[in-house]
Amino acid sequence: MRLLLELRDHIGLVPNPVSQATRQARSRIRGAEVSISVCPYCAVGCSQLVYTKDGRVIDIEGNYESPINGGTLCPKGAATWQLIHSPLRELRVRYRAPYSDHWEERPLDWAMERIAQLVKETRDATFLHRDENGLVVNRTLGIAHLGGATLDNEENYLIKKLFTGGLGIVAVENQARI
Amino acid sequence: MPGLGARLGRGGATTTLASLAESDCIVIMGSNMAENHPVGFRFVVKARQRGARIIHIDPRFSRTSALADLHVPIRPGSDLVFLGALVNYVLHSERWNNDPFFREYVLYYTNASVLISPDFRDTEDLAGLFSGYDPHQRRYDPSSWQYAGQVRRLEGERWPCRPFVAPERDPTLQHPNCALQVVKRHFARYTPDLVEQACGVPRDLFLAVADTILANSGRDRTTAFCYAVAWTQHTIGTQIISCCALLQLLLGNIGRPGGGILALRGHATIQGSTDIPTLFDLLPGYLKMPRAIPQHATLADYFAAERPATGLWYDMPKFLISLLKAWYGDAATPENDFAYELLPKIGGDYSFQSLLTMMKDGIIKGLFVMGMNPAVGGQNARLARQALANLDWLVVRDVHEIETASFWYNAPEVRSGEVRPQDIKTEVIFLPAAIAAEKDGTFTNTHRLVQWHDKAVDPPGEARSEAHFIFHLGRRLKELYAGDTSPAGRQIAALTWDYPTVGPHQEPDLMAVAREINGYRVSDGHPVAGFHELADDGSTACGCWIYSGIVTPEGEHRAKRRRGDDRASLDWGFAWPANRRILYNRASADPQGRPWSERKKWIWWDPTQQRWVGYDVPDFPATKPPDYQPPPGSRGLDAHPGTAPFIMMLDGQGWLFVPFGLLDGPLPTHYEPWETPVCNPLYPEQPRSPVAPVFLRPDNPYHEIGDPRYPYVITTYRLTEHLTAGGMSRWVPWLAELQPAGFVEISPELARELGITTGDWVIVETARGSAEARALVTERMQPLVIAGRTVHVIGMPWHFGFGGLATGGIANELAALIEDPNSLIHEAKSFTCTIRKGRLHQEGQW
Repeated sequence: MRLLLELRDHIGLVPNPVSQATRQARSRIRGAEVSISVCPYCAVGCSQLVYTKDGRVIDIEGNYESPINGGTLCPKGAATWQLIHSPLRELRVRYRAPYSDHWEERPLDWAMERIAQLVKETRDATFLHRDENGLVVNRTLGIAHLGGATLDNEENYLIKKLFTGGLGIVAVENQARI
Repeated sequence: MPGLGARLGRGGATTTLASLAESDCIVIMGSNMAENHPVGFRFVVKARQRGARIIHIDPRFSRTSALADLHVPIRPGSDLVFLGALVNYVLHSERWNNDPFFREYVLYYTNASVLISPDFRDTEDLAGLFSGYDPHQRRYDPSSWQYAGQVRRLEGERWPCRPFVAPERDPTLQHPNCALQVVKRHFARYTPDLVEQACGVPRDLFLAVADTILANSGRDRTTAFCYAVAWTQHTIGTQIISCCALLQLLLGNIGRPGGGILALRGHATIQGSTDIPTLFDLLPGYLKMPRAIPQHATLADYFAAERPATGLWYDMPKFLISLLKAWYGDAATPENDFAYELLPKIGGDYSFQSLLTMMKDGIIKGLFVMGMNPAVGGQNARLARQALANLDWLVVRDVHEIETASFWYNAPEVRSGEVRPQDIKTEVIFLPAAIAAEKDGTFTNTHRLVQWHDKAVDPPGEARSEAHFIFHLGRRLKELYAGDTSPAGRQIAALTWDYPTVGPHQEPDLMAVAREINGYRVSDGHPVAGFHELADDGSTACGCWIYSGIVTPEGEHRAKRRRGDDRASLDWGFAWPANRRILYNRASADPQGRPWSERKKWIWWDPTQQRWVGYDVPDFPATKPPDYQPPPGSRGLDAHPGTAPFIMMLDGQGWLFVPFGLLDGPLPTHYEPWETPVCNPLYPEQPRSPVAPVFLRPDNPYHEIGDPRYPYVITTYRLTEHLTAGGMSRWVPWLAELQPAGFVEISPELARELGITTGDWVIVETARGSAEARALVTERMQPLVIAGRTVHVIGMPWHFGFGGLATGGIANELAALIEDPNSLIHEAKSFTCTIRKGRLHQEGQW
């Protein structure tokens, strides 16, 4: 018993003076909601815990339950929080008119309608029903798409379905060849 | 990844990161795994702690090399010589010829015994060309590469298929024309001496690697290979990878724990965007995009040309017709060939590099860019920006104002006054994008594992997901085309596009999209349990057959499962196909269905239950016994014996010799990079790939072989702190602080020759362009002695550009448009350049 008491003193398990502030200090993720995400950078597929409070992401860390990353993240993965809150992140639609030397701000809805009109215009002008050999091709070479490896699978599906299946856009490519 | 697909059946990693921990030897080649896939590398470290040997073969000493047992510096572009020499070494080794394991594996699981057509001539016979070469079209006719044997047409099919080939075989493997002997002769000159001459790797170092790999392959031991884009980005990249597959087949390492080939991919879902492809030549699930050729004119024509009589691809009509039902719904009927006519037919090469030239030449007028940065990431980046500047309109969706959005006011040629914004007609619309944590959806990782990410918050401001953008764009276009009965109008009208929307921004419901990808019964919308339930009569719809089974019939998305364990973690996410983790895992058991060894058991035949059991989902018909012999006339998988692990292949075997499927030959052959300082020691008459697509145009000049103006080899690479062309990293302060600017690595020897010290500004130049950066003089780069002369190698990270916080010279300014004929991937891992001290512009001019 005495030995135990001595040991307790030795390792500092004696009651210490603790300030009110320290006593009330809490981990900043306490009380936060947790969502499970996947790191958006490379293809290892590290699982992430995304902590949110009041609709704002307050922290992101590696998911310790993942058999892939076991709680760890690399420098890029660990910077995911700042990617979301990047001071240089663009949150507004920008428009540059032909031959202009500056950006203008435009509403999202205007941009969506403008893009739909541009697609229709270019597609109608370039759509090929039959090629020079008389084969039905139903395609346009006037419009192209780049990207996909950083998007979601479902988004890639919708892009391929709408652009290729619905609009005949065949020049659809992503980073798999980069 | 046609290199793996052509020999093994699927273009995906054959194994998992976690399985690396069970390897006895790991060869990392064409990858700097510790720095570019740091978290994945922990399984390599784990293996090493358990006693595995780690070998890193790479031009540059990196942190991967530091943690390896052996680092082998090699000249960029000479990988195939090294791998070919390993094949040759193995085939002549005492162990491989005497250990019954290798013979059994190779005899049953590969096409080693098949006799090749007597018309076939090897590169060794024709001074660097295979038989069937057409020098005018720079193309091969592969008819002389076929199996010798009987060809039988199949009758009575609902949909036509290709004729069935019953090959002749020699089970003794001695016939001079059997695949094994053909392979043996082909690689006979790939010797340790050739390695020394061509790769700059000393003979003894090569032998140490070869001994280690051979000693760690067999019944009780397995060796794994890891590679990344330093194998793919060559004019012979596909053949480099295919040579690895050939070697791993010979060593009996495919389909077994701790073995296999792990493709390390760079983006969060670059695998997924190949499976569900935003690629011009594929439809979802690796179905070939139909071409504008008479052989693809109708659905029946397409099947007659593409559908094999044997193997899983026999089921192709089920997959394609279900896709047509998913896309065109009620407009796809048995009477109209399921609206096959509406599917566009491709008429040429629209891959990334061709697409850049099509933009510059005014064929492509409008461009969408989503999460990609071609102004920096495009080869011959100056040409890429000229291409952007020639568009009528450009839509860029990204998180930051990347160079592809800002080129018209910020590109080097605009800043220097060479081009003015007033001269650039492109109408540019930039839309802010959402990040993974702001949307529901899935990524597919480097080992085919699909994982769901939850939406934690709504995207801020006007940022939206791509799903939102595409869905609402499609909705608007359907309205704009309402009532239009032209072919263009009918195509868009037929498309099914009725996803329910959720949330304040009216996001399409991603689970509805996921159910369509999974597949469902048309009658009641009930999810199918897997691709085995798909039909070819229009009663099922399925957006991507290889992802079928990802939503259970109860409606649960299996990519949301998160119960890991110490083995295959079958309940953590969903791996395509059918949640199989190690592909071709039938090969983890011997022909009789017993584990090859206790230590390497994975799946095996249980005679009591009469089914395959084990730690994984069998990549094999679950109840097909090992002694099954196909009755005459059987089709599809029924035509494979119980000993055929490669279910996607015609004969169920891994292909040592590839009769078709590769455009540059049935066997891997070393050709020099398109730009090289040395000649091809094997084929002086045929130094470079005879079929590599070239872009002969004034804005894309190439260097001659041994061009004295460009004497150095340059290789590009990535850094831990940045991602690809930088759009997700160079604008992020934490990452920019860690790795703030571009640089060029050169060896102390070259630095001495040129009078350069660390920190000096240098200019790297090619005939395409120049890039400036500060020099980093380091022993990590070593000069190599190639055929008696010193070859210097320069290393340059390619992330940097003119936007964001971390800036620097653009490495792709230097690279040329040039392609591998199979994958259409460029050659930025090895080309030539020159370097000098100095700056491109006077300090302060910008």
